[in-house]
Amino acid sequence: MPTRPEKVYYFGTCLIDLCFPQAGMAGIELLQREGIQVVYPQSQSCCGQPAYNSGFLEEAKKVARQQLKAFPKDYPIIIPSGSCGGMLKHHYPKLFANEPEAAEAQRFAGRVFELTEFLVKVLEVRLEDRGQPIKVTWHSSCSALREMRVIEHSKSLVRQLKNVELIELQRERECCGFGGSFSVKQADLSSAMVADKVADIEQTGASLLLSGDCGCLMNIGGALKHRNSPIPAKHVAEFLLERTQ
Amino acid sequence: MTQTTVDFPKNFKKALGDGQLRRNLRAAMDTLGLRRRTLFSDPEAFEQLRAHGDAIRRRALNKLPELLEQLERKCTENGIQVHWAETPAEANQICLDIIQRHGATRVIKGKSMVSEEMHLNHFLAERGIEALETDLGEYIIQLDHETPSHIIVPAIHKNRDQIARLFHEKIPNTPYTEVVEELNAIARQVLREKFFAGEVGVSGVNFAVAETGTLCLVENEGNGRMCTTAPPVHIAVMGLEKVVERLEDVPPLLRLLTGSATGQLITTYFNMITSPRKPGEKDGPREVHLVLLDNGRSKIWADPELRQTLKCIRCGTCLNHCPVYTRLGGHAYGYVYPGPIGSILTPQLEGLDHAGTMATASTFCGACEEVCPVKIPITDILRRLRVESYNKVDTPNAVKGHGYKVNAAESLTWKGWALSNATPWVNALNAKLLSLLGPQLPKLPEPNIVKKWTQSRALPPFAAKSLHALVKEKGIADE
Repeated sequence: MPTRPEKVYYFGTCLIDLCFPQAGMAGIELLQREGIQVVYPQSQSCCGQPAYNSGFLEEAKKVARQQLKAFPKDYPIIIPSGSCGGMLKHHYPKLFANEPEAAEAQRFAGRVFELTEFLVKVLEVRLEDRGQPIKVTWHSSCSALREMRVIEHSKSLVRQLKNVELIELQRERECCGFGGSFSVKQADLSSAMVADKVADIEQTGASLLLSGDCGCLMNIGGALKHRNSPIPAKHVAEFLLERTQ
Repeated sequence: MTQTTVDFPKNFKKALGDGQLRRNLRAAMDTLGLRRRTLFSDPEAFEQLRAHGDAIRRRALNKLPELLEQLERKCTENGIQVHWAETPAEANQICLDIIQRHGATRVIKGKSMVSEEMHLNHFLAERGIEALETDLGEYIIQLDHETPSHIIVPAIHKNRDQIARLFHEKIPNTPYTEVVEELNAIARQVLREKFFAGEVGVSGVNFAVAETGTLCLVENEGNGRMCTTAPPVHIAVMGLEKVVERLEDVPPLLRLLTGSATGQLITTYFNMITSPRKPGEKDGPREVHLVLLDNGRSKIWADPELRQTLKCIRCGTCLNHCPVYTRLGGHAYGYVYPGPIGSILTPQLEGLDHAGTMATASTFCGACEEVCPVKIPITDILRRLRVESYNKVDTPNAVKGHGYKVNAAESLTWKGWALSNATPWVNALNAKLLSLLGPQLPKLPEPNIVKKWTQSRALPPFAAKSLHALVKEKGIADE
């Protein structure tokens, strides 16, 4: 872990960019509030994972190269997503293993931090809850859980909020069925998985679902909405900011 | 080998709609998962143990050609007759020749996935030889004319009530009972008679030790020991990757196998077969044969990344922890090996053009890798298979049936996507277009992808302002 830096890069992710910008902004504000200068390179786009996981390596590399270029200085790169974080940290070195960028990709990977991990381990944030009592539940994205291994950090931030009761899912470690292109290529399987996830969420009695990954939130939130559930799905950064303003 | 193309979408839909199957699988997978967790309760100790297992399997595979030669030499010295089969057809013929040489018409079988891969029972049946399954699970599914739905627990898709009905209907003079002990007693009685009737015994092999020429067989019911000792002839069939170098490699692998499979510290029976009956011995088969099956394994072995597929010790724990397998069961996959290991092995054995869909039936959640006792990089191999599905180039290590998915529409889509995401001004323009177009999307005629998404989910809203735009407005630095 680095010592507290003056500046960090922020990688917004393409999904947040297009569909959930308020979650991305919340992450930036949480960092700024701790006195960190946030740099957002406008030339950033997508981590490349959609093509990488669909079988289109050359296209993934082309897009990944653009990210290597967009974040040239040695600031830590903060990402409000376990999934895109996992791509940058764990898959770029593999993607470029036999390419001229191999060493660069390794160094790049070493600078990558998931947002809540950085808030807890580097910035040691202390949160003061200003919100009303609420019961929430938490969905662990598979990549945050198994690749980035940051779930305890995310949950520890939620637990700092004294009026928030965190009720855990019965099958917290089970995938929600998003899986990028899986959600449409294997739509029946994906639907069956998200239906089970929704049932698990509903049995907690929580009035809000939190997660650190917008892919899962788009999937689960979309499924909750589809069945007119009153439970909204929200990115943890947005929730943390709202509760502490 | 049967080369029928499986109708995956139809199979998947059928399995997902079968409430009884879904409940049976969920309950069974929960039990198996809990047992495993209870046994491997110390994550650090498990990591150490599986690092050891991984190293043993890597070492064995790195020396595979030498070890196989050594195994043949040692087995031969021990009096075990070794046969090499490149294809399932050759392996079947070898078994048939041995069986016919002894004039046998009834074969008793211990559980073996390789024999399933060979479709041995079917092959023998067509030639007038009856193959009787003696493993309880295998016996249950044979009664119901089914194939294994799990590599360790072949009848896992059935619950107690279904087995009770099956026994009552299919075994003559059997009163209906749901009492587990009574069901066991019924099966035991039937199977006992089979052991006496068997003229040749067929088994699989869990590990073959090159150093000593020993065939190891792991089981819980004693039927494996019966099949390998009661009949005068024993035929062991084995995938050629199952060899290990040294006797001392067996205990750690055995611990990983039984712990991962059923959460057992050790199974009720563990057989080490090193020779046929020796002069002066009172029991044991007079002949022991080892059939080593390749069936595409050499090709898998030739590629360093794909080779890791062959580390598998067939514990089945990746199935037990897979959110996809848990919802489908084994039959929906349509091939012998289901679940995560099946999804990396089958397309390589059968060809991507036949079984490539299996590689798409994963969210890359990584639950399988987390528990794999020999650290097979399952998601990396799945990803490789997806890449090979679009790979037109015929390199020596290209997977069989590669390039089957190549199509202009998809290639073009990804090329356009890459261009946009690698060119900031195009990306900015796209974001703007989507934000304008987004609210109109539900009103447009639905493309297939939208329809598939909305079968269970609301469409995500495209934001009026992208994060790029918001950040710019707020004056966040761009360096």
